[in-house]
Amino acid sequence: MSLVIHNLHARVVGGQEILRGLNLEIEKGRVHAIMGPNGSGKSTLSKIIAGHPDYEVTGGEVLLDGVNILGMEPDARSRAGLFLAFQYPVEIPGVSNANFIRAALQARLAAGEELEATEYYGDLYKEMDRLEIPRGFTARSVNEGFSGGEKKRNEVLQMAMLKPSYAILDETDSGLDIDALKIVAAGVNAQRGPNIGMLVITHYQRLLDYIVPDVVHVLVGGRIVRTAGPELAYELESKGYDWIKDELEAAATA
Amino acid sequence: MSDSLLQDAPSTAAHPLPDWFRKNQKAAAARFDTLPMPTRRDESWRFSNLKAVDPQDFAPARPVAPELAAALLSRSHGLKSPAGSTVFANDRLLAHQLSPALAAQGVLWLPIEEALQSHGELLKGHLLKNTPLLGSDKFLALHQASLRAGSFLYVPKGVHIEAPLQTFHWVAGSGQAVFPHTLVVAEEGSSATVVDWFKSEGEARNLSIAANDLVVAKDAKVHYVSVQDWSRQSVSLHSNNTNVAAGGAALHLGLHLGGVYSRSESVSRLEGAGARSEMLAATVADGAQEFDQRTLQEHGSPDTYSDLLYKNALYDRAKTIVSGLIRVAPHAHRTDAYQKVRNLILSPDAEANSLPGLEILADQVRCSHGATTGEIDPDELFYMQSRGIRSTDAYRLITFGFLNEVLDRLPHEELRSQLQDALKARLRGH
Ligand SMILES: Nc1ncnc2c1ncn2[C@@H]1O[C@H](COP(=O)(O)OP(=O)(O)OP(=O)(O)O)[C@@H](O)[C@H]1O
Ligand SMILES: [Mg+2]
Repeated sequence: MSLVIHNLHARVVGGQEILRGLNLEIEKGRVHAIMGPNGSGKSTLSKIIAGHPDYEVTGGEVLLDGVNILGMEPDARSRAGLFLAFQYPVEIPGVSNANFIRAALQARLAAGEELEATEYYGDLYKEMDRLEIPRGFTARSVNEGFSGGEKKRNEVLQMAMLKPSYAILDETDSGLDIDALKIVAAGVNAQRGPNIGMLVITHYQRLLDYIVPDVVHVLVGGRIVRTAGPELAYELESKGYDWIKDELEAAATA
Repeated sequence: MSDSLLQDAPSTAAHPLPDWFRKNQKAAAARFDTLPMPTRRDESWRFSNLKAVDPQDFAPARPVAPELAAALLSRSHGLKSPAGSTVFANDRLLAHQLSPALAAQGVLWLPIEEALQSHGELLKGHLLKNTPLLGSDKFLALHQASLRAGSFLYVPKGVHIEAPLQTFHWVAGSGQAVFPHTLVVAEEGSSATVVDWFKSEGEARNLSIAANDLVVAKDAKVHYVSVQDWSRQSVSLHSNNTNVAAGGAALHLGLHLGGVYSRSESVSRLEGAGARSEMLAATVADGAQEFDQRTLQEHGSPDTYSDLLYKNALYDRAKTIVSGLIRVAPHAHRTDAYQKVRNLILSPDAEANSLPGLEILADQVRCSHGATTGEIDPDELFYMQSRGIRSTDAYRLITFGFLNEVLDRLPHEELRSQLQDALKARLRGH
């Protein structure tokens, strides 16, 4: 059981190519991290997997437990078990956070079935408590006026409520203070287990101290250019990306 | 031309109405006859589809049969425990109730005909006292001439009514005309919330010419909600007049759902220093519906505040008009006046017209007005879909959120959630 990205080529609709033959396999039960320079295509990869309409796939496939999801609508992908924690969560004025999450859960039920309200609020409050999100956030409009850190916590809350089988967390650590980072990491770790595969996109080794990955990848120029154990993150932290780019160039000209 | 409409004016035999009222009704009937029908060339009727409004197509509503009256009563679901509740069908009283505790405090909550008989002097200074300013002179004359149904609320000095008072106005049959009225007089330092539900039995075409007067005395607070949920064939005209004395605060929220042509006029007169008024409307327009909304924020005193937020969601070939004027008198210094119109276009054939206006004659005034028209934000749509919400439901939810921002301004929770339910029932996917 895994999320397989095979030789993925993609571009902005009618624009330049951003992913150029990307390969990655996220097994259930494992946590993979992706690091890479700004603009290397990390968020694009996550959005393409989630089905963002701004991008078109020009080659390759994405298999969720063996099923190619590239032809599916974004909502169907989510219901199939995929989750994306956005780098920039979107504000939805006038829709309360509680109603939003409820609609997402309701969408997973068969037609005619109704979500049980008391049970729902019980679960919601439990997860909010774990992430130390005050109760008042249920009534507030989705992400509207939330601080950067509050938005990220809210993403992790949604993930906890939706219980995906594969989750991509795009810079969920950015905007978090040290305390919040620990809380959010604990929230993510609580969801870790044999039934979920995770892809954690980050710029900072610090996050990986809390959410210790099984594998670390480096994404440069729309491709995975290096894969190693958690020690790779430390190496990147101290040396940056230039040495990898240099090695790549050397290899290309060799 | 008005013969058929005026023949069934309120009977005065059994319950004598005050002389002044009958005199005013006579004068109004004469005015209705002599005033010309407005035309689209009149500034206050620009863009309006006047063809939809011909009073001659309608006759004064006849009473409904007892079985239907009982059915409508049972369908008048309102708040769990309103402070007062009144139900009319075709302008006839079906039920009426006021919390005894409030009655003991001197609160009056009466069907307007009864109030005219028992407290005529109290109504005299307030009922339809304002000169129409937004174009409906002729229709308001007909309203006055035909007035027989509606609610009168009197809140004595310093009395606070927590729970809302509600009135249901039903119309049944076809070609029926009704003329609902709500008069609220809130004395110094008092407060109350009043809601009018306008509902049709069946899908037939009827006419409603409704009006209300909100008289907010010094430091008093009045919240008034109108839910226009007439049948989709009906013609609806509604005039709201809010007069706020020094330190008083008014809020009028209109939820506009029904009617083929629906006009609402709303005037806030900020008469005393520090008076405040919030003017809110949420409109769902689809099919060939037209919602024609005219507003005036009239600042007559210093340090006054008004805030208008009108939001329209438009499907199909629907059309909305919001024409709003902010007028600040020469001595109304340090006025704050805001006006925001937001249109959400859900179909390429829909048409949203916004006509803002400013007339500022005072100093140190903070005024802003703006109208924007947009479509569903693709980022919001994708975000919702990425959580598993189907695009049709996401459209509905985003549209709900857009309009709910208006409903969220209403402080009363149970009432707000009823409005949200009414709104949800009306929204479509995509
Ligand atoms: N919708 C778009 N239109 C135009 N260019 C785009 C679009 N989306 C992504 N790009 C471009 O593709 C490249 C990759 O962007 P992406 O957001 O995936 O980078 P990233 O690796 O997530 O960077 P960061 O670390 O800064 O978040 C960038 O050059 C970006 O400008
Ligand atoms: Mg990014």
